[in-house]
Amino acid sequence: MSKHDPEKTRPKLGVLKFASCDGCQLSILNLEDDLLALGRALDIAYFPEASSSVNPGPYDLVLVEGSITTAEDAHRIRSVREQAKVLVTIGACATAGGIQALRNWDDIEAFKRAVYPRPDYIQSLSTSTPISEHIHVDFELWGCPIDKGQLLRVLTDLLAGVQPRLPADSVCLECKRRGNVCVLVAKGMPCLGPVTRAGCGAICPSMGRDCYGCFGPSEGARKGPGLPPNTTSLAQHFYGELQLIPVEVLRRFRGINGYAAPFKEESESWDKKT
Amino acid sequence: MEGTERTKPEGGRETRTIAVDLVARVEGEGALRVTVKDGTVQDVELRIFEPPRFFEAFLQGRHYSEVPDIVARICGICPVAYQMSAVHALEQIFAVKVEGTLRDLRRLLYCGEWIESHALHVYLLQAPDFLGYDSGIAMAKDHAAVVTRGLRLKKAGNAIMTLLGGRSVHPVSVQVGGFSRVPLRRELEALKDELLWARDAAMETVRWVASFEFPDFTPDYTYVALRHPDEYPLNEGQIVASNGLQISVSEFEQHFTEHQVAYSNALHCTLQGAPYLVGPLARLNLNQKHLTLLTTQALADLGLALPLRNPFHGIIARAVEVLYALDESLRLIERYEPPPLPSLPVTVRAGIGMACTEAPRGILYHRYHVDGDGLIREAKIVPPTSQNQGRIEQDLRLFMPRLLSRPDNEVALECERVIRCYDPCISCATHFLKLDIKREGAM
Repeated sequence: MSKHDPEKTRPKLGVLKFASCDGCQLSILNLEDDLLALGRALDIAYFPEASSSVNPGPYDLVLVEGSITTAEDAHRIRSVREQAKVLVTIGACATAGGIQALRNWDDIEAFKRAVYPRPDYIQSLSTSTPISEHIHVDFELWGCPIDKGQLLRVLTDLLAGVQPRLPADSVCLECKRRGNVCVLVAKGMPCLGPVTRAGCGAICPSMGRDCYGCFGPSEGARKGPGLPPNTTSLAQHFYGELQLIPVEVLRRFRGINGYAAPFKEESESWDKKT
Repeated sequence: MEGTERTKPEGGRETRTIAVDLVARVEGEGALRVTVKDGTVQDVELRIFEPPRFFEAFLQGRHYSEVPDIVARICGICPVAYQMSAVHALEQIFAVKVEGTLRDLRRLLYCGEWIESHALHVYLLQAPDFLGYDSGIAMAKDHAAVVTRGLRLKKAGNAIMTLLGGRSVHPVSVQVGGFSRVPLRRELEALKDELLWARDAAMETVRWVASFEFPDFTPDYTYVALRHPDEYPLNEGQIVASNGLQISVSEFEQHFTEHQVAYSNALHCTLQGAPYLVGPLARLNLNQKHLTLLTTQALADLGLALPLRNPFHGIIARAVEVLYALDESLRLIERYEPPPLPSLPVTVRAGIGMACTEAPRGILYHRYHVDGDGLIREAKIVPPTSQNQGRIEQDLRLFMPRLLSRPDNEVALECERVIRCYDPCISCATHFLKLDIKREGAM
């Protein structure tokens, strides 16, 4: 065996999941035009959804899908971190707890009873939490699902040894660039675009509907770089101008990324008003 | 992940435990535990330990208009199926009937999902089993042209979904009453060339998968699928079974019952107390008269007569359905005239509605109870994989005896292959596959 065998020096990639829908992992496989090149550039050492070949760590890069919802998974993510040089979360579940974090405002025992005839068989934590609540995360890729173009960019940056940077400003900027008519102003739809992170390409307004925040909270607008978006101003507009009742404002922010701090705080402030 | 463990309890009888901690190339996470005693399979338990996410619980109190966005998140591989069952159930409550071009567009969107999901399974998840590879990506080293064809085919399905839904994973345009936006005629026309290529590629796919070597295995199945008087079933139809059952969707819960087992986070569903099969094989066998000429011809050219009774032939059924879905997509695009409005008006009223549609993996049943404010009071969702669970266990029981003389790791691999025949989507069923074979006594 040659010392310079490129097969042996390729960075080792691991992809794994916790509680999730598998859509972000599918986004990797949806890189149809680049998937085989990716398979050549990286040693796909652990990716059970796509391969039966399972190679032990450590891994140069680990992509984590899904949120932590069981005691076993809270333990497992720690051992994953020990095996990973760089760990990147992919998607709303891993980055913010996902839609299943709606349980965090409710009674888990009641949830078990609503779905299962024998709730006592079910092992589940009372919360769904993002990976960063459990371990150090090197980079978080937002989106439900992630945008495969953003994923490719992050992978390329990491392979080149560059710290990935993605836009954190709001969907509005992408929406304006696409030349859409504003659905919030012109159609009175409760669009979350002004406080939602760019990256999807303003899909919802382009399809004639309001953004529902699946890329998580944006940063920087009005309050400054790295700071949360002005959810309060938007919520007040929904309430005052669009005539939403408080519980409707609450539901708007308590969705796919409802457990992300700025959205969480906003929805909780409306909890008191309902 | 596999492991072997042998213990010799007192009395000298041997207990062997073979474990595959995670069945690969399936969507989601589950395990299998098989107990073998004195050379006879005692017990087979498919254990789904994908953690539950409680969709039916947190849907309570949400507005009906949020349901398509929420239920899509049950499955990243078949979000359209969840959206379709949901909107049809809700439209039943509000007495909204989506017809004509809007109905065609829903059918076209669903075809896109079938193409994408089936191509993924055929090329990247199951074909490696027949050709002896760990993955589609590994297979590409020796079969680059074939894998490239599969990826392009998959992409064609995604292109339909992206045009109609904004994106392929969790499309955003589906709503109760129709769509938030419908495409322009020229946007659909622009897909045609690629879909024509894809239809030829799908024909080649049918020929390719039919050339695989299949184990001789024909269990006695009860097939269950939708059946529609005029078309191959996607969004509408009666529920029919090969045992003669023929019921309306609203009667589903009178005949099919979900029950819980201690070892799994997915509920099992049975038909009159017995396991049954849903998915491409069941659909194809129960709906052959609605296949297009091209699809029927492709089957005839290969000398394949329906019904196909071998679960390993599921890959052929999937390939045939990809061909059908492309043929149907081209037909729907050809006759497309943009509707006057993207969506029909909806008047909220309280009630209960049910719908069943054909997800790529089989029938998907939804029932909703909505109150007068349009809020969800109760939701019930029965995904295809929880329906096939009992049948997978039954098939493993029947398939295992021929494997028992082989070493544990080979038994484990063969069991995984059987499981993959069903393209199980464990994320759906829960509302990792671990294989654990326990051998007791001789062998």
